[in-house]
Amino acid sequence: MSARTLPLLFLNLGGEMLYILDQRLRAQSIPGEKARKGERGAAPSAPGVAEPLAVSPGMAVSPLPVSRCGGAARGVPGHGCVSNQHSCVPLQLYDLMTMAFKYQVLLCPRPRDILLVTFNHLDAIKDFISDSPGILNQVDETFRRLIETYNPLSDGEFQLIRQTLLIFFQDMHIRVSIFLKDKVQNSNGRFVLPISGPVPWGTEVPGLIRIFNHKGVEVKRAEFTTAGNYVTPQREGSFELYGDRVLKLGTNMYSVTRPVETHMSGSSKNLASQAKENIAPNPLAKEELNFLARLLGGLDIQKPAGGDSGFRLNLFTTDEEEEHAAQTRPEELSYKVINIEATQEPARRAELSRILGELDVAEPRPGSAEKGEDLLALMDGL
Amino acid sequence: SVSPQAAWCELPSRVLLVLTSQRGVQMYDADGSTMVFWHALDVPDLPAAHSVFARGIAAAGGRFICVGTSFGAVLVFDIPPKGTNVTLSEVLEQHRDPITDIAAEQGQAPDGAGDLVTADDSGTLCLWSSGEEFTLLGKIPGSGCACSSVALWNGIVAAGYGNGQIRLWEAGSGRIRAQLSAHARWIYALDLAPLTGKLLSGAEDSFVHVWQLSRDPDTDDIEVRHCHAECVTDTQVCGARFCDPAGDTFAVTGYDLSEILCYGPA
Repeated sequence: MSARTLPLLFLNLGGEMLYILDQRLRAQSIPGEKARKGERGAAPSAPGVAEPLAVSPGMAVSPLPVSRCGGAARGVPGHGCVSNQHSCVPLQLYDLMTMAFKYQVLLCPRPRDILLVTFNHLDAIKDFISDSPGILNQVDETFRRLIETYNPLSDGEFQLIRQTLLIFFQDMHIRVSIFLKDKVQNSNGRFVLPISGPVPWGTEVPGLIRIFNHKGVEVKRAEFTTAGNYVTPQREGSFELYGDRVLKLGTNMYSVTRPVETHMSGSSKNLASQAKENIAPNPLAKEELNFLARLLGGLDIQKPAGGDSGFRLNLFTTDEEEEHAAQTRPEELSYKVINIEATQEPARRAELSRILGELDVAEPRPGSAEKGEDLLALMDGL
Repeated sequence: SVSPQAAWCELPSRVLLVLTSQRGVQMYDADGSTMVFWHALDVPDLPAAHSVFARGIAAAGGRFICVGTSFGAVLVFDIPPKGTNVTLSEVLEQHRDPITDIAAEQGQAPDGAGDLVTADDSGTLCLWSSGEEFTLLGKIPGSGCACSSVALWNGIVAAGYGNGQIRLWEAGSGRIRAQLSAHARWIYALDLAPLTGKLLSGAEDSFVHVWQLSRDPDTDDIEVRHCHAECVTDTQVCGARFCDPAGDTFAVTGYDLSEILCYGPA
């Protein structure tokens, strides 16, 4: 067990978390500035990022936290919180983070390349927070401590770190859609290990046998072939503060859909235009707030001519199913119909106003013209 | 605890199951029912971040069990023919880096070749002659790559390295006799079939190779040829062992694999 594993685990999982957050923010078309704000907020608290102390050589020796979320918790998709030693993240996010890092650790060509993976994550974090010099300095400090502590380690020590991490990730076979799509993960949850491509830096392409005599002179060469199809690598990645890491593991795999090039296919062009148009708030959210406002009696709505602003709730997947269920429902199961009046009523409105008046409302948020935002502020005050 | 090693140590009088871990060394009866002996590692003065563990197990000289440690020392235990009176007979301190593997001579050692080889993280190999006092016969310096596993047969040291290479050394002279670009990733396991001189290697590149070692009786040159390759799809091979002394069958284990895969002649 390597005691040096914990900082690497934190930094890489934290990096993956930021990639996922960034992708989610972009998918919901949150405008650029707000997204950056979210990431700047998340970056310092992303495990290990802004904690240079955690990487000092004299850090306390501690075993890795148990990675198991508990069978029961894992059975609840998307709900609940997993509490590990230092933070509480939703289950799905944790699963994504760990499977991504497991993939990176498993496919590292050399044990030492785990450091390049970590540097890739840190490089990306620095990019997310590039306009925040305060946090940027902290990340740079973490970077320097990492280089100071880990660069001098031997291959054997890195292999021990790698083995410790792999034991931590053992038996985790959660299927990740982006991995399945890219064919790097099989449908049984196991990762695809390629037997082709560049060999690690410092390794020779398999196939050659050299024989030496007792004087150390080479006397014979022989070759053997296997199913593998390896080639020599181009160059080694950089272990400095800045440099080309060469290795792609640890870079943002979600950024493939980033609409930066306008000459790409139609789908990404749509994304770009959508991103521009959606400065306005989500219309569904607006509707929800309007409905809530109506219930509270605080908003006058012009009803569209002839239209009804009510809604019908269908608990079945389709209307046909609902009809079919109604027809096949056994007679003996009688049920009462409950009428809920959600319309405005003077008496009720007065009652609600009185209740509102009694409640203590905290100081209002700095003004914004939108009625929707006022309502939010109101609710926050409650 | 993490990644314990387990090995059967066959001595003339008894077979012991030896386990290593972070805390030390445990020895059990052959059926695993009784713990015969337990040795806690003496943690030397090292910075906190250094790992402490035992790694590398071999029976030597028909009387001893040798266990390596992460601080480079090799513990030599004197095993009585029966009973629990195991004693720490010697501590060999020639390695400066964590021990990775230890192997005893499985065939017939030529004169002066020694009967034990120890390997460490720096790739350094030490050749020993076992006895009341172990004697260091030679040291093969590492060349910057960890030697992850080692085997010894008829005076030939077979060493597997973290960069996927297998090297064959002459135990007596310490000279290199063969260099095999065997694997594309870290070699995890080497095993030797003493009856035939077959060598088995397993690595993270998903491959298991079988090689044939031999000696030319006239020139005394060491020969090696490739016999067979198996690819364990999508699996990083962590363990590989021959199941019989002739090397006709072998078993393979891998990371995240709950099965032991057995390979044999068709």
